[in-house]
Amino acid sequence: MRTRSTSSFALASVGAFLLLALLALLAPPYATAAGVSLNGSGSTLSKPYQEVAIEEFKKLNKGSTINYGGGGSGKGRQDLADMVVDFAGSDSPYKEADLAKVKGGEVLYFPILLGPITVSFNIPGVDSLQLSPGSIAQIFQRDIKKWNDKAIVADNPGAKLPDLDIVVAHRADGSGTTQNFTEYLNAAAKGLWKLKSGSTVEWPSDTQAGQGNGGVAQIVKSTKGAIGYVDLSDAKASGLKYARIKNLAGKFVEPTAAAASAAGDGIDIKGNLLFSALNAKGVKSYPLTCQTWVVVYAKQKDHAKGEALKAYLKFLVQDGQKLLGEIDYAPLPKALQERAAKQLDKLKVP
Amino acid sequence: MHDLRGNRQFADRTFRWAAAGAATLVLLILGLIAITITRRSAPVLREMGTHFFTTTRWSPADRLFGALPFIWGTAFTALIALLIAVPVSLGMALFMTQVAPPRLKKPMVYLMDLLAGVPSVVFGLWGVLVLSQHFNLGRSFLTAGIILAVMIIPIIASLSREVIETTPPGDKEGALALGATRWEMICAAVFPHSAGGLVGAVMLGLGRAMGETIAAALVIGSSLGQITANPWASGNSMPAVIANEWGEADELHKSALIALALTLFVITIAVNLIATGIVQRSMKRARGL
Repeated sequence: MRTRSTSSFALASVGAFLLLALLALLAPPYATAAGVSLNGSGSTLSKPYQEVAIEEFKKLNKGSTINYGGGGSGKGRQDLADMVVDFAGSDSPYKEADLAKVKGGEVLYFPILLGPITVSFNIPGVDSLQLSPGSIAQIFQRDIKKWNDKAIVADNPGAKLPDLDIVVAHRADGSGTTQNFTEYLNAAAKGLWKLKSGSTVEWPSDTQAGQGNGGVAQIVKSTKGAIGYVDLSDAKASGLKYARIKNLAGKFVEPTAAAASAAGDGIDIKGNLLFSALNAKGVKSYPLTCQTWVVVYAKQKDHAKGEALKAYLKFLVQDGQKLLGEIDYAPLPKALQERAAKQLDKLKVP
Repeated sequence: MHDLRGNRQFADRTFRWAAAGAATLVLLILGLIAITITRRSAPVLREMGTHFFTTTRWSPADRLFGALPFIWGTAFTALIALLIAVPVSLGMALFMTQVAPPRLKKPMVYLMDLLAGVPSVVFGLWGVLVLSQHFNLGRSFLTAGIILAVMIIPIIASLSREVIETTPPGDKEGALALGATRWEMICAAVFPHSAGGLVGAVMLGLGRAMGETIAAALVIGSSLGQITANPWASGNSMPAVIANEWGEADELHKSALIALALTLFVITIAVNLIATGIVQRSMKRARGL
């Protein structure tokens, strides 16, 4: 009895499998004739912007469908390389070694936003805190373990800091935010910072890890003495307090959209629109500012899709920029917006 | 009449082929998985050699991948889970088969199956919100072990119940007739009869505990390079590392994560094979073959 029912189950599942396979072959492609459908994935940092921009873009262009899947910058770059998406959001460019595996030829980078990463803290009774890159480096690699350490006191003349243990919170998942944060410390705290840079680094074992920006924010919020790096919109959403950070000009600057835009003014931008907004020059620049590009293939294969992509990119780098302030990101400096719009000419549509 | 027989033979043959096809498909998929992950983990194994299994530094920036802390974390959390789950599940199984009145038995079986069907991310979130925060256990080996225990209790308990129910009534009645108390009867008749099956049930639970990904990733703490027997320390397990780091990994890093998958694959297959072997042997003995 038992074996018979198991086998008929197996028979049924083989049938179901074959049926599904057949359906998959016969099903029409996803895009319908009525409208074009664009798919993107990648950077979670820029996901809030993609979401509001898609919403607005749809109002202006009826019948078009754009999906943005998130999943992380690395996933976006991989998806674009494998040609399973039409565009990728990425907080960092392709590495030389990975470019060889990109299947669709030359890629173009369109910067779409600047975003401040906060160093958020939870110290009872302390509302404002100033930190120099050296102190941040020593805190996050556990060389400094108390909030009243003399290095932190030196950054905050006159402030009263408690004799409280520091709890370091970082990302558990591989992340572009970690990449940018550690790259910043590599550059700004040269000689002091020992953990190198990457999407995952060797954090000391007496630190805590959370999933995503939200996970780190939640640890900081619920732990006395905690400090962690969280993007501005998540830090604000969780009601965290964040430090002012000493920039290259020696000024302590608060993470705001304006200070991130100022960082965009103080950077060198290459011909292919690649740059790093980290540790930018300028008195008003917030030094822990990162950026997101939308990456696309220079040679589009489909006319309708290519045109739609062009229109959406134009919206992202120009009219859409005014949406950024509301969601706590910074628009690109005017000059960069114009250069990005001009680069659209290089996008070839058949 | 003649026609009918031909038809029936045809149906029978078709069925045999379809069933054989399904069975081969399973083997084929398993084989393909094994080939793919072996091939794709080759780069890191070539670079690290056996150091991949014996060193403790995991630093993608230095191109150093030592998986020992994660192998330890997987084993340690699974051990904690078993220490909690085995007594509880055996208790449940014995209660349902030997103690509970029949009208209690049905709803209990039903609830246990329900527990087995809860998606693991729900357990993970419950672990974060209740165990880590409300009970202040933090994110640690212990928190992960407790969550895994809750997840494998229904598996171990329901398998144990089935095994225990195969105890011949004659054995039990004999023990009782000789004046044994209920506990003495369980020790003298139930345990010796079902020992093999119980071990198998526990091993299947162990396999599930070692492979669990999301729930472990959420509560284990994700610290790197830590080998310690302190259950309150935070650590990491193989599936959790894969889930956390895959998205942003570059080539060699990906290969290292796939090598972790290979290690886990080999260990779980070994555990499952041993479990099936033990269960089958005990089943044979139970049937008196």
